[in-house]
This record gives sequence, structure tokens and C-alpha cells, in this order.
Amino acid sequence: MKKVFSRPKSLKRIPFHYCPGCGHSLLHRIIGEVIDEMNLQDRIIGIPPAGCAVLAYFYFDIDMGEASHGRGAALATGMKRALPDRVVFTYQGDGDIAAIGTAETIHAASRGENFSTIFVNNGVYGMTGGQMAPTTILGQKTTTSPGGRKEKRDGLPINLSEMLAIAKGSAFIERTAVNSPANILRTKKAIAKAFRVQLEGYGFSLVEVLSPCPTNWKMEPVEACRWVDEVMAVHFPLGVLKDVTGDKKDDH
Amino acid sequence: MRGNHVLAEAAVRAGCRFYFGYPITPQNEVPEYMSERLSKVEGGVFIQAESEVASIHMVIGASMTGGRAMTSSSGPGISLKQEGISFLSALELPAVIVNMSRGGPGLGNIAPAQSDYFQATRGGGHGDYRTIVLAPNSCQELANLTYGAFDLADKYRTPVVILGDGMLGQMMEPVELPPEVQIKKLPHKDWTLTGAKGRPSRFIRSLILDPFEEEEHNWKLMRKYERIIKEEVKWETAFADDAKLMVVAFGIAARIAKGAIKRMRDEGLKVGLIRPISLWPFPYKAIKELTKKVRHFFVFEMNMGQMIEDVKLAVEGNGEVHFYGRPGGIILTPLEISRVISSYYYQKRIG
Amino acid sequence: MIEIDSELCKYCKLCISVCPHHLIESSDRMNQKGYYSAFFIEKQLKKEGRKCTGCSLCAIACPEIAIEVYRA
Repeated sequence: MKKVFSRPKSLKRIPFHYCPGCGHSLLHRIIGEVIDEMNLQDRIIGIPPAGCAVLAYFYFDIDMGEASHGRGAALATGMKRALPDRVVFTYQGDGDIAAIGTAETIHAASRGENFSTIFVNNGVYGMTGGQMAPTTILGQKTTTSPGGRKEKRDGLPINLSEMLAIAKGSAFIERTAVNSPANILRTKKAIAKAFRVQLEGYGFSLVEVLSPCPTNWKMEPVEACRWVDEVMAVHFPLGVLKDVTGDKKDDH
Repeated sequence: MRGNHVLAEAAVRAGCRFYFGYPITPQNEVPEYMSERLSKVEGGVFIQAESEVASIHMVIGASMTGGRAMTSSSGPGISLKQEGISFLSALELPAVIVNMSRGGPGLGNIAPAQSDYFQATRGGGHGDYRTIVLAPNSCQELANLTYGAFDLADKYRTPVVILGDGMLGQMMEPVELPPEVQIKKLPHKDWTLTGAKGRPSRFIRSLILDPFEEEEHNWKLMRKYERIIKEEVKWETAFADDAKLMVVAFGIAARIAKGAIKRMRDEGLKVGLIRPISLWPFPYKAIKELTKKVRHFFVFEMNMGQMIEDVKLAVEGNGEVHFYGRPGGIILTPLEISRVISSYYYQKRIG
Repeated sequence: MIEIDSELCKYCKLCISVCPHHLIESSDRMNQKGYYSAFFIEKQLKKEGRKCTGCSLCAIACPEIAIEVYRA
């Protein structure tokens, strides 16, 4: 018997504090696996967000530097310009990147800053208790949209990845999800590609990951995963939004 | 050389290789100079960021990797940077932040003023922290203080604010520039984020959820500030030996005051000047010492009364503290201020 | 064959929903954290001949990295 699946080396042996069925737990593992397989542990620096994953540095056994809410792209810019041969990535939620941090993200992408961003989209502000986010869908109930998001009062959700795909400096933008093993594997390939795009100097890369938040969606984890497919992915379609590398094959 | 150019050149010579800024009058010459200068130096990085908020956070990122990083702005932009400055203090990261003050509050105007004293010394950001604040009053001092600021920042792992003003930034004076530092010879930093090669991984963060740990972190910062207070206070006195009235002023106001005092001395008035150079740590002890011989202090600032609070704290009721200020960017001439001080001198029958 | 660390399990039931051979069920014992946890039932099904193929779908779906997979 050969062991074919175990915990990645670049994750510390600490149980996650995330809720049952949370996308963060899956993403942390996926990123850990990519770091292991691409041998990046000793030359990668991560920037956690303000949000449930603010404590990411307790889980990843890599150098990590805290950013204030939304400013990960600016920190990553400073870091990557200072150390161009390391891999720098930000890990940001939807409020972090598409509300308070939109300017920094769009400008970093436009400048073609050569770092990668992992954008965890769960349609709510998780850590603060489930308030409406820029990616909350119309009709979705949150604590600040108790009757459901209404277009007149709250406006429409933001498709940030599509906006970033227009930015001339962005090199690779893909939207995936972590609600099924197939999507989880797809996400892993996308993140590995983003890091490869960075290593080869193509420019800004971003992977948007539709992630279940069972607690704030008030659903069971299995139901939340279904909701990602049936509702979220309709408004935030999965797929590659931009790829300037011209690689057709996923050779990860 | 122009003040803004002087401070930029001095910074580069001090080993600053990372400059992130944004245009705002009256410091536009700083990013302009840096964009040229840093493109010619090895490892030099210049970014005109999309906002002052972005630029302070780029400074944080570069500082985390161990680089000497700087940003500059004026009052409104420094207001935007306050969260970043609070973070720099909490994360114990070195950085240099230059404020070339202008008339305020709000959009104000572009004329020089000293109305950012509170913002600089009381720390406009959240939480219990202080930043070292240095106030030059000449292009030469701009060069020297900016050059030294990077060493101070690295030594104490704390942000340093250079509080200048529009006049200082625009005026042209001859300057002797300090020699270029050899970056490789700078002391090694053992806390930076560079990718965990050959060592355990580390993280730099300021979120400390356990109140006991957070309290200890605050005390740790406090102990650092105590050390800075003990060792880094800077001030200058002039005409002080037999003075009966001491003018207290900083920055460009002190320069104007000095001219005024020369006039008054010619007419026999016993007026002296004490000029704080480090606004934090403030020279409380030096002023308190003066109260043994001097009963009258005349605070002159180009604002509505900010440093006067520190002077009153220093005097501790052992003297009279009078204030004269002109906010909004009005620059008095030495003649004008000498008239104001003289009239106070005679009113109080100090002679 | 798989090993589930029941102490890490938060009973999200994602593994139960993805196993193609339905070899994982809910346990009837609580772990230290108060979750019921998932339970690998291959041993109980020896007669029926349903075997784990080591496809790892459960481990991939598990957020807590509570499952290790072995293949012959």
C-alpha cells in the first residue's frame, strides 16, 4: 500500500479554525500542495487579508506579511519590486479586493505588477458576521441586506475579474471554484499556472475562487457547494478570462 | 539646490532605493527627482502610486523585505497615510515619511504652513504609538536630517517623519551633501521577509488577539519609545545666555524668528531662541532647564497654536507662555515678527 | 483504502457526498470538538465486495485534510 494523499509539507500541522465546509480550508491545502510541487517554500512570500483568513500565517509554513484591509496589492507591489526573484502572492476576500482594495488591485494589474492574487469570492463579509459584499448577488440575503440585495438601494454586484481582464497589464485571469473535487483540481491547476506566469514574468495573475461560506449563507456545507454551482456560477461564470501566455495545455 | 531635490538626493545617498509617492503641491519635485535618480541607481525602484494610501502600503511592503523605503506628501496626503503609519509602528518597520506642509485644513492652499504639528507628533493614526519627528529649517538640515532618518528608522525599527513645509521645499540654498552609503555595508536585518530559505519561516503582523499579548506588545513599543526619548532629543539655542525672553519656534518659523531676534538684540532687547529640531521626542527637559533663568516664553508658529501645548507642558507653570501664530500659509518677515515680539517685551516690562 | 482522523473532522459531510462507492458514513460517536465525524465503512462491507479504489475524491473534498489515502 502506497500513501497517495497526505497533508502538504508547507502547511503547519495545526488544525484550521475555519468553519466546517469553508472554502478557505480547501484553498489553503491547494496552495500548500502547489507550493510543495513547485518547490517554492523557501522563496515565496504571502500576504494574508483582513478577513477570516487573517490568521493564514498560522497555517502556511512560509514567510508572510500582514496587510491592512484591502491594501494587499500595494504591499505586494512594494515587495515584488524589492525582491523580483521571489514569488509574491496576495490572498484576498471579496471585500478586501473589490470594495476597499479596488484601486490598488486595478492599478497593480494595469501596471502589470508581477505578483499573483488569489481572490476568494464567497459573496459576503465572512469574518464580521455576514454583511453584504460587492459580490453579493441580487436577492441574496445578508445581515445588511436582510430582504435580499436590491438593485435600487444596493446596486449590482461587481465582476472584478472581468474588469481586471481588460487591464492591459494583467496576464492571466481565471475564475474557478472549490465546491467539488473536479473544481478543486481545476483551482489547483489555475493557481499553479498563476505562479508559473509570475515566474516567467508575464505580468499580473489572478485566480478568483468561488468559495462556499456555509455559516453566513445559513446552509449545510453540501447545500452550499450546490448553491455555488446553481446560483453563484451563473453570475460569476467559471473559466479562463485572460491568458496572454498562449499555453493551451495545462502541463502542471 | 532646491529643498525638495536636496531631501531626495540625501535619501538616495542614505541608501534609500524604494520611493513610492504621489503628486501633491508643494512636494512634486520629490517624486519627479526620484523618478529620474532611482532609474539610474542599481536596484532603485520608483513608483508613482495611484494614491497616497497605495504609496504608504508599498512602503510597508518594501520595508518588510528589508529595503530602505520612503514616501512623501503634504498635509492632505499624510492624512490618508495615517493607517499605514499606525501599521508601520505596530509592525515595527523602518520607513521615512516626508511631509512638506501646506495651508489647511481640508484642501487648504499650497502656501507653507506649520499646521501639521499635531498630525505629526500626536500621530494621526489609531492606537498608542509615536513616530520620530524631525523638523529641519534649512536645506542643509533637510539633507542631514533626511540622511540620518534612515539610520534612525533602522536602529529603532520605527517610522520617522520629516516635517518640512512648502517654503523649505522650494527654497534654493547651497548644500553640502553627505557621502553615498554602501548598501552592502549596512547592518543586516534578521527579521525581514525574504522567502524562508535556510531558516524557519516567519511572519510580520500586528493582529494580536490575546489582550495580554497585545498589552505586552504595547509595553514593548513603550520601552522602545523611552529609549528614543533618552537618546534622540535634538534642539538648538541661540542668543540664550542672558536672554530674558525666549522665543520658541521650529522649522522655517525659527529661521524667521532668528532674523527678528538679531534685530532686537541690536536694539538691546534680551531675547533668545530655542529651536526644537526633534519635535518628537520633544526637548521638554531643555525648556524646563531654561525656566530657571527665564520667565517669559514666546511661541511663534505658522499655525493656530500647536507646539505651544508642548511648551506649556515643558514649562510646567514655571513661566508665562505667550503665543503668536499666523495660519493659512502667511509668511511673516523678520521685521514684522520682531515688532510683535518687541511690543510683547515692552508690555511685559521684561527689560 | 483511506484513514480518517476523526479528531480533525468537522462533519461537513462533503466526503460522504462525493464518494462514488458510498463507503463513508456518519459516525455515531462524537469527537473531542463535539462533531460526529465521518467514518470509513469498508471493513463492514467485506461481504458485499464494495472496495475503496483509492480515487482520493474524499481526501480532495475534505477541507480539514483529515483523510489520508492508500493505494495498492
